[in-house]
Amino acid sequence: MDTQTLIYLFVGASFALYIGIAIWSRAGSTKEFYVAGGGVNPVLNGMATAADWMSAASFISMAGIIAFSGYDASVYLMGWTGGYVMLALLLAPYLRKFGQFTVPDFIGTRYYSKAARVVAVICLIFISFTYIAGQMRGVGIVFSRFLDVPITMGVIIGMAIVFVYAVLGGMKGITYTQVAQFCVLIFAYMVPAFFLSFMITGNPVPQLGLGSQVNDGSGLYVLEKLNLVLLDLGFGQYTDGSKSMVDVFCITLALMVGTAGLPHVIVRFFTVPKASDARLSAGWALIFIALLYTTAPAVGAFARINFVDSVNETSYAKAPGWFKNWEANDLIAFIDKNGDGIMQYRAGDPFAGAPQFTAGEGPSGERMVANAPVADSANEVYVDRDIMVLANPEIGNLPGWVIALVAAGGLAAALSTAAGLLLVISASVSHDLLKSTFRPQISEKGELLAARLAASAAIVVAGYLGIYPPGWVAQVVAFAFGLAAASLFPAIFMGIFSKRMNREGAIAGMVTGLAFTFGYIFYFKLGNPAANVAENWLFGISPEGIGVIGMLLNFGVAIAVSSVTKSPPVEIRKLVDSIRVPRGAGMARDH
Amino acid sequence: MAQETGEAANQDSPAAQAPQDETNAAEGAYWRENVRLLVSLMAIWFVSSFGAGILFRDFLDQFMIGGYPLGFWFAQQGSIYIFIALIFYYVFKMKKIERKYDLDD
Repeated sequence: MDTQTLIYLFVGASFALYIGIAIWSRAGSTKEFYVAGGGVNPVLNGMATAADWMSAASFISMAGIIAFSGYDASVYLMGWTGGYVMLALLLAPYLRKFGQFTVPDFIGTRYYSKAARVVAVICLIFISFTYIAGQMRGVGIVFSRFLDVPITMGVIIGMAIVFVYAVLGGMKGITYTQVAQFCVLIFAYMVPAFFLSFMITGNPVPQLGLGSQVNDGSGLYVLEKLNLVLLDLGFGQYTDGSKSMVDVFCITLALMVGTAGLPHVIVRFFTVPKASDARLSAGWALIFIALLYTTAPAVGAFARINFVDSVNETSYAKAPGWFKNWEANDLIAFIDKNGDGIMQYRAGDPFAGAPQFTAGEGPSGERMVANAPVADSANEVYVDRDIMVLANPEIGNLPGWVIALVAAGGLAAALSTAAGLLLVISASVSHDLLKSTFRPQISEKGELLAARLAASAAIVVAGYLGIYPPGWVAQVVAFAFGLAAASLFPAIFMGIFSKRMNREGAIAGMVTGLAFTFGYIFYFKLGNPAANVAENWLFGISPEGIGVIGMLLNFGVAIAVSSVTKSPPVEIRKLVDSIRVPRGAGMARDH
Repeated sequence: MAQETGEAANQDSPAAQAPQDETNAAEGAYWRENVRLLVSLMAIWFVSSFGAGILFRDFLDQFMIGGYPLGFWFAQQGSIYIFIALIFYYVFKMKKIERKYDLDD
């Protein structure tokens, strides 16, 4: 069977599986719709959390980012895993004991305030939509490259699939499809990684392969060889970074705290039976996530070696097939600055900006670009780092079924995260805005219908953002983590660990953290991008890491304001006492 | 069970309703032990990631673990393994503490 048929087969089979699971696990009540009935096994919930968490960015982009930025990419590896320690130790068991359906539920009840609940809903919706646009875009890219359908059609197919299992099944449907999606995506990630590691080092385990010698007879370790090759081409060493230490520190912390504050992650821990299960489930989730996250650095390093080996100093006429495939998809470009027909891959930009292809062909048959060449760099090759994971099986000459598997895996990663995000958006509208704030008299049936309508509307908006991605999407992912770190995390944390924290303090803190972080990121990313250089940053902290300062401001303002205002009422102190002890979560489930 | 009845009785007495001290003794002791454990585990969390992977990376990079410079290994591998160990240790330890105070679920 040829590769194209295999791709249709794998992707089609995985979609059939998701829909089958969705029909089997339809939600009948709001409790099933919001928290899967609260009875999910902790290990399965760990898998679902891992799929929920590992998005198109983790699956498709992360290894590419590591490949092209080496040590600097450690911020993502530590940042997107360390947050689970905070979740397991500081938040998850207590939120599970609290026993309601959403994150704004907790904030609204703990701070006895509809205003606090609405602020939390605003944060949640903003964070989730920012995040979801990227997922739909990922679906579009995979479809257009591997299934030869236009991006628009790809996004619509993706929307239809998510519609079926998110709207019908709610959290219950999403949970069990996410378990299946985790299995698909992790298998699809590991198989090419084993192959690559074995080819380059002779050791099939990528985590060990990255620390082994290259089996080309040179006796060099992988990282040593990579450092030498890159220095030779004018790049910095792979194991050294270019970001300042304070920036690396702050970005890592902002990503960790942001992870712990992301509503679609937190809500997964509302679905297990007991408070102690929430801790255990976070541990399992991190094991499943770590499988991919400890493999990604190896995939990144191997991909970079393979890329340099197969592209640099190769004549364009003899360029490998994958090179031309991705060139046809606008994600690779070759500009023959010295006219020798041979591709020189060096440090620096080949030309200014992203490639603007023209209709013409160059002397070697390459697609011409209209961009002005950068004169002071000898680099002639443009490569979009997002292609590394998807192109890896082709670069490594792996069999067709591995390529098909990777296509199915990329879709699983994007769809599972999109579904989780859609669910928290719909729950915050139907449960927090309607049921708890504006229409308390709404019936159970009415609320369930509202949840389904909200999910449908959110899918349409997400699909629109995927088809017509506003230019700012890639620029604002920093928003999601920064805002979660600066607004939701401190409010939840203090709600559990401080009995003195009151309504006034929490609201003032959230608004301060939110306004500061939003303003800073908006100014540097959208308002005045030209000023986005280290000299202009506050304390040398980039917009990606500024959530840390927002978080500190939130804590500071909240503590100051609460110390001069009335303590929370006795029943709230009792509530805090009760969420701190695990006993009784079984009863809270039936609220 | 006796514990729970005692707790309910306590809450009815006027002393327990005074806002300055409404937590019963077992719950208070349980919470303090939990917080002590949290502080030490979060310290390890900080040292293994921010310490070994970022602040002291340059120093650690002079040592090698296989082909990995040690600081780089902590930043891209080691810290993640330690995170997993921390969570499972906490799960295990908390079960014991909860049973000790008869507050498990």
